[in-house]
Amino acid sequence: MRINDIINVIPNTLVTGKELLQKEVRGGYCGDLLSRVMAKGPKDGLWITVQTHVNIIAVAVLLEISCIIIPEDIPIEPNTIEKADEEGIVILSSPLSAFEIAGRLHGMGMDG
Amino acid sequence: MTRKDRMNSSMIQVYEIESGNFTKAGEAAGNIKKLLRQLGIDAGVVRRVSIAAYEAEMNMVIHSIGGIIKILIDPEAITFKARDTGPGIEDIELAMKEGYSTATDFARELGFGAGMGLPNIKKCSDDFIIKSEVGVGTRLEARFNIST
Ligand SMILES: Nc1ncnc2c1ncn2[C@@H]1O[C@H](COP(=O)(O)OP(=O)(O)OP(=O)(O)O)[C@@H](O)[C@H]1O
Ligand SMILES: [Mg+2]
Repeated sequence: MRINDIINVIPNTLVTGKELLQKEVRGGYCGDLLSRVMAKGPKDGLWITVQTHVNIIAVAVLLEISCIIIPEDIPIEPNTIEKADEEGIVILSSPLSAFEIAGRLHGMGMDG
Repeated sequence: MTRKDRMNSSMIQVYEIESGNFTKAGEAAGNIKKLLRQLGIDAGVVRRVSIAAYEAEMNMVIHSIGGIIKILIDPEAITFKARDTGPGIEDIELAMKEGYSTATDFARELGFGAGMGLPNIKKCSDDFIIKSEVGVGTRLEARFNIST
């Protein structure tokens, strides 16, 4: 599944990475405790989290997570956006809850 | 240049880690990851070293007063070393338990404090040693074999 396909199913605002939407995502993970994400996060996957500070970009880079979805329209810190641009990470902001987002992606056939 | 040529000699890099700097946090691990990729190291090994480096770096930022990280790359193995100057860990066995954490509320709000960092490092590495003395500091060493 490509990030483009996700954008079509999850109501969202594209915050960063509009040139990266053809990237393939192979799995997803949902979590806000960073070392749990470090232990379980999928490679080339997407990550749903309510954390918005710049360290989430470090986690994404290290795990090769290509897309981060921030639920519930939580405001995203400016230096997080800057760093995501620099590192080539897509950030989507969505009004839906993490539960709702994960549910829809699962419904599209996406696995953990 | 083949991977073998590049890997013939060993290589050392050193990073200084600042306590409490959450904005810079993760940079050393990120640089280590880029270096290993440039050297053509196996992607699975790169991932394991990256996770360990990140967890050790974050622990120094959150729990220590600062220190240094060293990465040594040999043809057979990658050795990761972290050393800080305090405050040290009183009970290492307890610190190694999954779920044990003394992270502050501030660090927890940022998503730290699951108490999984040290267990993650141990799981990711082929060899792991941690030594600590209260008032002196903590030293950690993790080794990752490079299969050829
Ligand atoms: N470099 C260090 N200096 C002092 N204490 C440390 C250091 N590293 C770890 N500790 C102690 O060991 C505990 C467990 O560390 P661990 O990395 O497993 O969990 P954490 O850092 O608390 O949470 P997480 O890593 O899941 O975000 C810490 O809460 C802290 O008390
Ligand atoms: Mg930790």
